[in-house]
Amino acid sequence: MAEMRMRDALREALREEMLRDEQVFLMGEDIGAYGGSYAVTKGLLDEFGEERMRDTPIAESGMVGIGIGAAMGGMHPMVEMMTINFSFLALDQIVNSAAKLYRMSNGQINVPMVVRMASGGGSQLAATHSPSLEGLYAHFPGLKVVCPSNAADAKGLLKRAFRDENTVIFIEHTANYALKGEVPDDPDYLVEFGVANTLRSGSDVTIVGYSGSVHQAMRAARMLEEQEEIDAEVIDLRTIRPLDIDTVVNSVKKTNRAVIVEDDWLFGGFGGELSAQIMERAFDYLDAPVARVSSKDVPLPYNRNLEFAALPSEEDVVEAVLRMFKE
Amino acid sequence: MTTPIQSAATTELGEEQLGLFLYQMVLIRRFEEKCGELYTKGKIKGFLHLYTGQEACAVGAIAALEERDKIVTHYRDHGHALARGLDPNRVMAELFGKATGVSGGRGGSMHLYDITKGFLGGYAIVAAHLPLAVGLGVASQMKKEDSVALCIFGDGSVGEGEFHEALNMSVLWKTPTIFFCENNLYGMGVPLKESLSTDIPKLAAAYNMPAVSVDGMDVLAVHTAMKEAVAHARSGNGPYFVEAMTYRYRGHSMADPELYRLKDEIERYRKRDCIERLKTQMFEAGQLDEAKFEQIAVRVEQVVEDSIEFAERSPQPGLDTLFDFVTKEPARG
Repeated sequence: MAEMRMRDALREALREEMLRDEQVFLMGEDIGAYGGSYAVTKGLLDEFGEERMRDTPIAESGMVGIGIGAAMGGMHPMVEMMTINFSFLALDQIVNSAAKLYRMSNGQINVPMVVRMASGGGSQLAATHSPSLEGLYAHFPGLKVVCPSNAADAKGLLKRAFRDENTVIFIEHTANYALKGEVPDDPDYLVEFGVANTLRSGSDVTIVGYSGSVHQAMRAARMLEEQEEIDAEVIDLRTIRPLDIDTVVNSVKKTNRAVIVEDDWLFGGFGGELSAQIMERAFDYLDAPVARVSSKDVPLPYNRNLEFAALPSEEDVVEAVLRMFKE
Repeated sequence: MTTPIQSAATTELGEEQLGLFLYQMVLIRRFEEKCGELYTKGKIKGFLHLYTGQEACAVGAIAALEERDKIVTHYRDHGHALARGLDPNRVMAELFGKATGVSGGRGGSMHLYDITKGFLGGYAIVAAHLPLAVGLGVASQMKKEDSVALCIFGDGSVGEGEFHEALNMSVLWKTPTIFFCENNLYGMGVPLKESLSTDIPKLAAAYNMPAVSVDGMDVLAVHTAMKEAVAHARSGNGPYFVEAMTYRYRGHSMADPELYRLKDEIERYRKRDCIERLKTQMFEAGQLDEAKFEQIAVRVEQVVEDSIEFAERSPQPGLDTLFDFVTKEPARG
């Protein structure tokens, strides 16, 4: 175990996987000498050289398409989208090629590839550079969507992504990059997909989050305990496709209340899917409708006050929980 | 860098090779004509894009490859599949949507795959497969496989950004990729001259890639250009671009009323038909006579009829397979 930031844990995962498997190579904008926009790939060029650390032109669709072709040819590429917004430019390749080839070829061709993307608001980057699209990617059958909340999970999940036979969309919240945590140094340390993590056990309400929103959920749980004597259970989904719905449903059967916290927009967001699944499976156990705490339905503003008003906060979560107990 | 390619002398290739070219072109022609009939009878559904007229492109180009090489192509892909030696029975079964089809009935006309032949698919999103061919080249380089990737696409692709992204990166990384453009003059119904402000080989040349334009109605000219392209790519010199000027006799798809072109334009191209051309060349060289050609025609008829019978007899995919092949599990250890 060593204490490190999430960005360093991600780098360790990449380095270990490149050492383990010579078919792993990395592509992206400024991942080489620059070290990546969020410094995740810093130093890897010196260690692995230009053939396995490829700086690409600014051409997202091209680089993801090349990744797909390389994967079809027997390699295991990782493509870094500098930020998740740029992935719109590669959406066709991700959705029409990466997610569908295994299916359309009747199982002849699979696309083992990791696409890493930096996501999330809170840094005053304004509307084009702040969206949270985990739910969008989770919509497409054939993709896996991973969204770690902490350094240890980031390492274990990223290493696990390189063992997968499919395209894994690996989404990193920019607010998490500098968060420190204890990270196992075992080179075989993996975190399995589709296994949620119950971070805090409680009996009164279940708060579910993923990626950045896990931290609002945890802060809200502490506030509820200290200020309201409400005992909240907090679940970190870790991956939203595959989705560990059993852990969520079992928790809700115990607490009888569920709040979903996410950076996604309310309308058509992933929380809507999760809410529907909870109601389908645990309707008789619910003492209140499932509550969703999401981003407001607006493109994210630049101004700091407006941006914070648009994003979900721990106060919003506390408020949602209290409403459930009043009604 | 753009130079016209002359047709090779028929004698350079030998009677056997020429006979194979002729057989393959007649097979594709007949297969496609039958597909058109079967579509109107409702046996083949979905979109159907016929390849008649363009046979010399598939046959001349693909014959220049080795077994270890890879192919990705566009959605008008039956001709390429047959030229690569995919089983006509299983290609027809795929068009019928049957379990025995090359894609198990999950792909249909536009998505034929057979990895045992290095045939990595027809792609129905225009230009989406160009970057894939660069990636296949990267894999070949990194794994030191000595294989090349042939990417076949239409003139409609050149307006897409991915065309430019793929060409640029393939030159930067010197990938063994051959870009083979079947220029049939129309992107669906829009003439190329109305959708492109320059000539296609000039685009390739602008990315510092050798580019040639060749008569795509002449299988020998196509083949000669492709031999050069493959030799270039395989010897580590990077990508190569071939434009084959061709023409499709049928509409864009079976749904095309063909309001955008005149009958005499089609007739003009039919006079330059690739099959007739090779036949004449072989007759003149004493490599073919009417009896031998009749043998080819009879054999083709049998292969096509057999493929239809095979497709008819084949089972539908079971409904219990609906959820098969969405993701590949389990993960590697």
